[in-house]
Amino acid sequence: MAHVSVDISRRNGTPDAVGCPSCKELLNRAELAKNLQVCHHCGHHFRVGARERVGQLADVGTWSEIAGSLRSADPLEFYDLRPYPERIEEAEYDTGLSEAILVGTCKLHKMDVVLAAMDFAFLGGSMGSVVGERFWRAAETAAESRFPLVVVCASGGARMQEGILSLMQMAKTTCAVEMLGEVPVPFVTVLTHPTTGGVMASFATLADVIISEPGALLCFTGPRVIEQTVKEALPEDFGRAESNLAHGQIDMIVSRPELKDRLVQILGMMEGGVACALEPIWEAEARRGRRGGPFAEALKRIKALANPSGRPSKR
Amino acid sequence: MPTLPGVHLKDEITKISQRIKELGSGRRVDRHVWDKVELARHPKRPYSLDYIQHMFSGFIELRGDRLFADDPAIIGGLASYHGRTIMVVGHQKGRDLAARTRRNFGMPRPEGYRKAQRLMNLASKFGIPVLTLIDTPGAYPGVAAEERGQGGAISSTLMCMARLDVPTVSVIIGEGGSGGALALALTDRVLMLENSIYSVISPESCAAILWKDSDEAQLAAQTLRLTSAELLDLEIIDGVLPEPRGGAHRDHASAARILKDALEENLRDLETAHPRRRKKERHEKFRRMGVWREHGLTLF
Ligand SMILES: [Zn+2]
Repeated sequence: MAHVSVDISRRNGTPDAVGCPSCKELLNRAELAKNLQVCHHCGHHFRVGARERVGQLADVGTWSEIAGSLRSADPLEFYDLRPYPERIEEAEYDTGLSEAILVGTCKLHKMDVVLAAMDFAFLGGSMGSVVGERFWRAAETAAESRFPLVVVCASGGARMQEGILSLMQMAKTTCAVEMLGEVPVPFVTVLTHPTTGGVMASFATLADVIISEPGALLCFTGPRVIEQTVKEALPEDFGRAESNLAHGQIDMIVSRPELKDRLVQILGMMEGGVACALEPIWEAEARRGRRGGPFAEALKRIKALANPSGRPSKR
Repeated sequence: MPTLPGVHLKDEITKISQRIKELGSGRRVDRHVWDKVELARHPKRPYSLDYIQHMFSGFIELRGDRLFADDPAIIGGLASYHGRTIMVVGHQKGRDLAARTRRNFGMPRPEGYRKAQRLMNLASKFGIPVLTLIDTPGAYPGVAAEERGQGGAISSTLMCMARLDVPTVSVIIGEGGSGGALALALTDRVLMLENSIYSVISPESCAAILWKDSDEAQLAAQTLRLTSAELLDLEIIDGVLPEPRGGAHRDHASAARILKDALEENLRDLETAHPRRRKKERHEKFRRMGVWREHGLTLF
């Protein structure tokens, strides 16, 4: 699984200010939060936690959490240098979250969606049993309600402390996406820095449309592991969103301030397929046609051919 | 928090106190688990093509992903099986140095996974059951593999297997390493040879990351629960196939016979179910995987 060194930039600086790792400018934390954690000077995207992400996306007062009572167990009684339950407790304390993914329903510009956001600060956003089950419940809710599913990903990969059970979450979440496809319900992922390992090799790359934030590291194997194991020199932009876009692995890069609008546009257009009929297009064209011009002439001819009786067709 | 560069006091303290606890409780590395790891990686262990040769009266290899290349780390093709046909897809390691290099040590690149998908979809089209043989340290970690979408290649293979209408059986015959192995194992039945291993990460890497010491690989192996017996207990796999005395490497033909009998038995069972029901049961099986607590209750 991929491993990504923890971005310590947000711990640098003072309680009120933080240094931008990209342009080195000192930024006021309150202003940075207001700017959706994007640097005013250079556009560097800082990491955003799951709760903050929901706050950025969901219409005010519409969020309702799903499966919030699910908690990790310790099935393997795993301890490395520290027991697993102790690591979980610490992550809960540090993040105020109960797991690495937050799932719920909400509205985006009045559009109903099921939204999930992962949090890298919770044990590296690693996928264990609870992440898998919460993802399943999100997909199930989306399939039943026919609300589109939007998942904001951030993950270092599998949760090693759950051993093989964490690996199986890749299979489980894949089956959940398959269930969504049967309905079908639109499924969009937003890949943020970093999305790697088992998440990258399961639901993150199974979406109908894959969006990424600028500069995000997206890969199956992390750069350090590649360097160490195959001793390959890495290109400077290795695994970055821009490189993934050039190699055809994602659909688009969308900066954070535009994300919500773009999501709503995409989801709206995908759902448009269900209701799409010829009639509304004809109507719109006819309105335009009444304004005259060569287009109107052509339209009149086409209409006459399609409908010789001269009466507007009503289907 | 490090007090000096490179000195992680907290980790050191827990490491030492862990050691003290271990010594006190008599918890030591169990040699038995590491023996299995070594057997699973034994250089004379039968590989996919060895099983195919012993199990089937005929085999026609089909190659290439029709997109980029043919990946020799994954082989596949049509095999004659009791007067009918079965699609076999498996990881392939090499026996000597040249073959090992050519087969990339059984570590597939995206084109390998895309070939696997092509063959499985072909099988599904003609109602041919699918057998996958799993034996890989993991998907290949390389720059070009990443650029061609290693993550997406694995996820789309998982999706392909989640959708198949035909009966599917997988057997872990050696190393079941991480997502690179799982990609071929989302099947109706997952079986393991007795001395094979199946894990989210190799014990060596796990030790390097969690213990910060790759010498702890044996302890990591034990903690990960990667042996066939433990995985059967955890209900991750559906069955364990006993190996010939001393291990499969001692007697390839007998190991293949055991595998063939198991395949026959499982297929007979699977073929009685309606395709839709089979698919539903496959999904239900993977849905149940995981352990969590809800409202204070531990659920399996
Ligand atoms: Zn900046």
